[in-house]
Amino acid sequence: MSAMPGALGGGARRRGRLSGLAFHGFLLFSLAIGIATLGALLVQVVVEGWRYVDAVLLFEPPSAEPALAGAEPAILATIFLGFLLILLTVPIGVGTAVYLEEYADKERWYNRWLEINIQNLAAVPSIVYGILGLAFLVRGLGLGRVLLAGAFILTLLVLPTVIIAAREAIRAVPGSIREGAYALGATKWQVVWRQVLPGATPGIATGSILALSRALGETAPLLLVGALTYVSFNPTLFGDFTALPVQIYQYISRPQEEFRGIAAGAIIVLLAILLTLNSLAIWLRNRYQRKW
Amino acid sequence: MATSELSPPVPQLRAARRRWGEDVIKGLLALCALVSVATTVGIVVALFIPAIEFFREVSVWDYLTGTEWTALFSEPSFGVLPLVAGTVLVTLVAVLVCAPFGLGAAIYLSEYAHGRARNFFKPTLEVLAGIPTVVYGYFALTFVTPLLQDVGFNVGPFSALSAALVMGVMLIPTVASVSEDAMSAVPRDLRQGAYALGSTRLQVSTRIVVPAAISGIIASFVLAISRAVGETMIVLIAAGGQPNLTLNPTEAVQTMTAFIAATAQGDVATGTIAYKTIFAVGATLFVMTLVMNMVSIRLVRRFREVYE
Repeated sequence: MSAMPGALGGGARRRGRLSGLAFHGFLLFSLAIGIATLGALLVQVVVEGWRYVDAVLLFEPPSAEPALAGAEPAILATIFLGFLLILLTVPIGVGTAVYLEEYADKERWYNRWLEINIQNLAAVPSIVYGILGLAFLVRGLGLGRVLLAGAFILTLLVLPTVIIAAREAIRAVPGSIREGAYALGATKWQVVWRQVLPGATPGIATGSILALSRALGETAPLLLVGALTYVSFNPTLFGDFTALPVQIYQYISRPQEEFRGIAAGAIIVLLAILLTLNSLAIWLRNRYQRKW
Repeated sequence: MATSELSPPVPQLRAARRRWGEDVIKGLLALCALVSVATTVGIVVALFIPAIEFFREVSVWDYLTGTEWTALFSEPSFGVLPLVAGTVLVTLVAVLVCAPFGLGAAIYLSEYAHGRARNFFKPTLEVLAGIPTVVYGYFALTFVTPLLQDVGFNVGPFSALSAALVMGVMLIPTVASVSEDAMSAVPRDLRQGAYALGSTRLQVSTRIVVPAAISGIIASFVLAISRAVGETMIVLIAAGGQPNLTLNPTEAVQTMTAFIAATAQGDVATGTIAYKTIFAVGATLFVMTLVMNMVSIRLVRRFREVYE
């Protein structure tokens, strides 16, 4: 798609070339803004936070004394939340995706509604999920402000993302594979379980890990289910909890300057966790994704 | 495996016998799908029942037109306009950043970039989209605000401008990816026809591709607005904590989301009017974003229908 010389006169052509250059410049500038921001953000976080990434941050509980303030309970809770999320979102998300792609009759109004509903849920602000958690889990069910409530809310939050990714992966498995299996006498579930799901696994894994990394960076819904408490002990399912992003927020909002540095240190830890997850997702995609 | 059940593509043939196990599995899968339905019902119930109780005590008219929001004071006033103004202000500035530059990035990726440039820019934008919002909040507070002060903006430690600028950059990948999807759905023939008539790349981009993909591009803007309205952490950290009826971006403001987060953090007793404000404001927020999302979904479907 290279530009072709037009049948324009000399002046018009020069003007055309100039505006073409200006436009090209604007497009590059558009991308540069994003990249410059990303660069500045990373430099800022590393410069401010690097010297706080130490044994105190990783292995001590929070404290009012900057020199003693760590984030161990928050880091452990975030890892804990990660495992719970995988356990909860993958079965429900893949189940929904299989239902929609392989079983649902798309002409039925309720199945169409279901699809629109999932698209909508994917765009509901995360803080609204927090309100849901506050009303039903924390106060309604009387679960209290516990880790499990946080895990449930984050599950509901990322479920639409997982469903959408899993549907795409399932759709990418060609119909000929299903028909081949049917022709050999397989039942519907045998086709899904032995042919479709194995073929869709790399896509599902990539989508789920990306969704997980999004969930672990979420702060707002956890604030509403009460993760903003002083927690000096390591997390349990039914205990008070705080997560790494919430701990970061808490350190940012403290008045003393040092705590911003500690927040930056905790951000480095959080970004390292998320970056590891994202690299894993990309590696899985490149390593196992099949072209049919 | 040995029975004679055949595939649905041959509808006149049936399974030799009913397989209950298969039915149970279908039921279980449908049950998974019901979780999403239950989530929506749960959100609506959780928001609207306390919100309705709230509006028994405060008239809807006062709520929607009142210019003073002092929900947590001893003599509270519940005019939501200052919070809405804060949200609108931040959203407006954020969209002014993400709409042109997101679109620019999309045009570049779709019409200009080849192999290596694409392989560099696309993942970089994805990284930008993957950074947690609390980190953006930290960046706005500790980097952008001092930077704005240095270049001569009269901003305090908290300002709508700082939060909104960072939010705008955060939303560039959202606009770029949805717009680029729409542009790549524009058939090649249209571009080639224009090139054959002697158009430049600028002309093809702005007069052929952008108009042809316009519904998708608008959808990306609407989606960005909806994200900006619903974004919490950046404004909670960097925009301030006082409701402020202003359209001056250098002032500190409180948005609807920041109010919800700030109020729910405190120990507000269940059943009090202050507790119910969380839900009233949450319901307002939910309705606003829902309308925008429906519009966006419609628009995206429109361009899919035209070209696919």
